[in-house]
Amino acid sequence: MSDAKKLRGSVAIVGVAESDEMGKLPHKSALQLHMEATRNALDDAGLQKSDIDAVFTSGRNMAADLPEYLGIRPRFVGGTQVGGCSFILHVEHALAAINAGLCEVALITHGESGYSRIAMPAPRWGDDSTNNQFELPYGTSGPATGYAFVATRHMHEYGTTSEQLAEVAVATRKWATLNPKAMMRDPISIEDVLNSRPIAWPFHLLDCCLVTDAGGAVIVTSAARARDLKKKPVYVLGTGECTTHQMVGQMPAFNRWDAGIVAGKRAFEMSGVTHADIDVAEFYDAFTIVPMLALEALGFCKPGESGAFVSGQRTAPGGDFPMNTNGGGLSYTHTGMYGIFTLIEAVRQLRGECGARQVKDATVAICHGTGGIWSAAATMIAATEL
Amino acid sequence: MPATTTYTGPIPKPTPETKPFWDAAKQHVLRIQRCRDCAQHYFYPRPLCPQCLSRNVEWVDCSGRGRLHTYVINYRPPRNFPTQQPFIIGIVELEEGARIMSNIVGVAADPQQLRCDMAVEVVFEDITDTITLPKFRPVSA
Repeated sequence: MSDAKKLRGSVAIVGVAESDEMGKLPHKSALQLHMEATRNALDDAGLQKSDIDAVFTSGRNMAADLPEYLGIRPRFVGGTQVGGCSFILHVEHALAAINAGLCEVALITHGESGYSRIAMPAPRWGDDSTNNQFELPYGTSGPATGYAFVATRHMHEYGTTSEQLAEVAVATRKWATLNPKAMMRDPISIEDVLNSRPIAWPFHLLDCCLVTDAGGAVIVTSAARARDLKKKPVYVLGTGECTTHQMVGQMPAFNRWDAGIVAGKRAFEMSGVTHADIDVAEFYDAFTIVPMLALEALGFCKPGESGAFVSGQRTAPGGDFPMNTNGGGLSYTHTGMYGIFTLIEAVRQLRGECGARQVKDATVAICHGTGGIWSAAATMIAATEL
Repeated sequence: MPATTTYTGPIPKPTPETKPFWDAAKQHVLRIQRCRDCAQHYFYPRPLCPQCLSRNVEWVDCSGRGRLHTYVINYRPPRNFPTQQPFIIGIVELEEGARIMSNIVGVAADPQQLRCDMAVEVVFEDITDTITLPKFRPVSA
């Protein structure tokens, strides 16, 4: 772990951007969304395409397909695909590659036609896959059914309530009302969440993230080079990652998030910051229970106490724990792999670019995401000062 | 339940390492693996123990009894799934210790009727001439 501490602050995020448009975009392919986000992130950083010497992306075959589409010849390629948090892992992988001297300017990019399904990869599981043998025959319907297993067990063991889950949806929507790019901007109440139609008990519709089309890109370079670029560098202080299972039935425990615990522990140790230092949190909210388990996994509260933690709109604008300040996957955008958007919002908050939703004097941010069905997790802690 | 030639849900295609599980299920036996070295039962089938990577593993018949560790009620059945009504997917912890995903049948898909850790037992549903799915129902008091 002492070696990991040497990496603290060695790289910085210098460019962030979304695609030109977000939402329901039947006129744009997934690759186009990547390309727009990349163009915009380069402008944000004040860099040229020719400066990029490493490409990190996720999605089936994407690491092979994307450099051609973008017209880039990376000398370092990262295609780690562990689900929606992959892009947070890519920050760690870029950090490692840059420190090893194998590249200098890393592009991390995401584009997904999650709603319109334009130029998306074919279905994933063959008849003889483990999924099709041991889970799909029982009628799982994607992430909603998988994530709900943890909510049910958490409620059983700790008395967590549907109202507490709804607190997250309501608080996140309040942030979305302050973000012009958010898809869902009408305020909602806890009753609205509880009265929305059931999707996968204990989840109601408003416990579930959106399904959208969008792209996002992040540019990472060495701290030394970052200081000469257009905007204030956002230094990466700590990172962590872990994966424990692929099929949710193989999850090691259903009352806690083991991958999240491992990822968070290293990120905090590398960063040297304490929980009290964190000004703003961007936690992947595929479902309302996910950021709650993140709070427990990362140690912001004890196991089982996240329901009480989020009560009373503590994570909403004006609350003492600003969380998912862009409106999150629940209300801003969720393409299918939301992780890149946690990075984009954290950087904007730390730069002070967030307008009506700006968290005052934010200097340290944490991003944390899930991949698959609680399968993978990744954490990043970043700050404006070393 | 009778086999049908028109089953519309996903049909597992066994692989060499999973075939003994499916062959046993066809005989209405729940058969999983146990590592002789670390004494752990495990599921799904793998030729080496996923805990200690020992090759010294054996197939053993389970009692078929277990507890409902956690569950979800799916209100949006997949397209072409045999039922289009809400149904229960459970994670069952077998008496032997391994966990298995399955459907919980013989009880209404209503959270008031379900409780984590309730006792369940295996039943078998022949979905084709060659594939049988193990499912679980509450043990009547």
